[in-house]
Amino acid sequence: MLCEKCNKRPATVHLTKILNDQKTELHLCEQCAKQNEQISFDTSFSINNFLTSILDSIQDSPIKVDYVKATKCDHCGMTYGKFKQLGRLGCSKCYHAFEEKLNTLVKRIQGNESHIGKIPKRAGGSLRIKNEIKELKLKLNEAVKKEAYEEAVILRDKIKDLENHLKEEF
Amino acid sequence: MTKWIQQVGPDNDIIISSRIRLARNVEQFPFPIALTKGKSKEVFKVVSHAILEGNNPFRNDFDLITLEEISQMERQVLVEKHLISPNLATNYEKGAVLLNKDESVSIMINEEDHIRIQCLLPGFQLDEAFKVANKMDDVIEEEVKYAFDEKLGYLTSCPTNVGTGIRASVMVHLPALRMTGYINRILQAASQIGLAVRGIYGEGTEFIGNLFQISNQLTLGRNEKDIIGNLKDVTRQIIQKERDARSTLLSNNGMQLEDQIYRSFGILCNARILSSQECMKLLSNVRLGIDTGILKEIHMDNINEIMVMTQSAYLQEIAGKPLSSNERDIRRGSLVREKLGNNNICE
Repeated sequence: MLCEKCNKRPATVHLTKILNDQKTELHLCEQCAKQNEQISFDTSFSINNFLTSILDSIQDSPIKVDYVKATKCDHCGMTYGKFKQLGRLGCSKCYHAFEEKLNTLVKRIQGNESHIGKIPKRAGGSLRIKNEIKELKLKLNEAVKKEAYEEAVILRDKIKDLENHLKEEF
Repeated sequence: MTKWIQQVGPDNDIIISSRIRLARNVEQFPFPIALTKGKSKEVFKVVSHAILEGNNPFRNDFDLITLEEISQMERQVLVEKHLISPNLATNYEKGAVLLNKDESVSIMINEEDHIRIQCLLPGFQLDEAFKVANKMDDVIEEEVKYAFDEKLGYLTSCPTNVGTGIRASVMVHLPALRMTGYINRILQAASQIGLAVRGIYGEGTEFIGNLFQISNQLTLGRNEKDIIGNLKDVTRQIIQKERDARSTLLSNNGMQLEDQIYRSFGILCNARILSSQECMKLLSNVRLGIDTGILKEIHMDNINEIMVMTQSAYLQEIAGKPLSSNERDIRRGSLVREKLGNNNICE
């Protein structure tokens, strides 16, 4: 395919833009693309376009049409199709509503699917306690190995306290 | 005034500034993209209450600026000082920013996410910037329940920020690596290990003034300390490579380098019309001149200040009116002459 602008060089940059449900496509060579403002200044859209293209490739399954039409977030009303268009979610509940597709997407872009960073005190209450219990159990094992029984007793009691605390919460 | 512009920090011969940004959302509201204007005001209230009214030591240090209530030019100046994102300035109707006195912390409200805590410090100070941003995060969290998932971490509007929500970045000046042609190899290597390299005023202005912004790309599956550690390690190596390239240039092409620096300095001292591109290019050479000890009369904070003040919105704000591109180029020239002339360094 030749560049749509100069008609001389081969087109290597392909831009698809969806605005108000209107899809436009642009095929340019690298030189003409550099001079094209739509490409060089449309920075906030480039990530979203990029995400959308990943979603497209994930969606290569026979059920794709039904999925796109049927899935909607009950909380904010964002549809899966709209998310694909915007590359952004409508609310935190969308992560649950689009879980099936999103998990694959997140794993692809992040190379990982589990958070191991900071945990907020309020929102992550029980998770913090669970993590603390995990750490204390490791320490307890160490203490038992070293035959430091006094320390082990203290650790065991701490773990019990935290476990009771967890039970009370639920 | 803005700390990163007016003060110099560690390794400032190469690292201009360090920035940490944390993306957070308030649990009960839709993300900004799906937020009505009325609801967006409620988000302002919740977030600013946590900072301005809460029981924390910073509450007298911050001001809330509602972006709708200031002029387009003032918003653009905030962008040029890197205190808000271009995105927030464009979608100003739902946006606000909490800014502290030395402008080292800015908390953007209703950017892509409800809350974006940013700490921006001069020089190489990523750990310090994280400490401050993390503290602000704790303060907000005392009052605000964040959208958080046990598995995915902090939930963000775009899946590219989910997890820690952290973006750590450094603004670096790499003229010698650029001149010697090594820059591409380094940028390629950086991107291979999960770091992004961009120009500092958006992609359209890429590589102007030999300035680059290096930041982490991944936010999930590793903790904040490791993400920052990775960026720090790579940045340290880049600092070393740039210093090596500078000393090679000095010993092999010293006279050419000196000539280029003095010519650039000469133009800045005398030009009547200066485009922003040319200005940034010349400032890059002068910056290199200061760092290598060739130009002894000028201070680096002077250069940072000129770099920001010669941006187009800033020029228009000083002028108090909109200016055409030609008028801006003339004003830019006279501002640079004035700034350098005030210190009698052009004589």
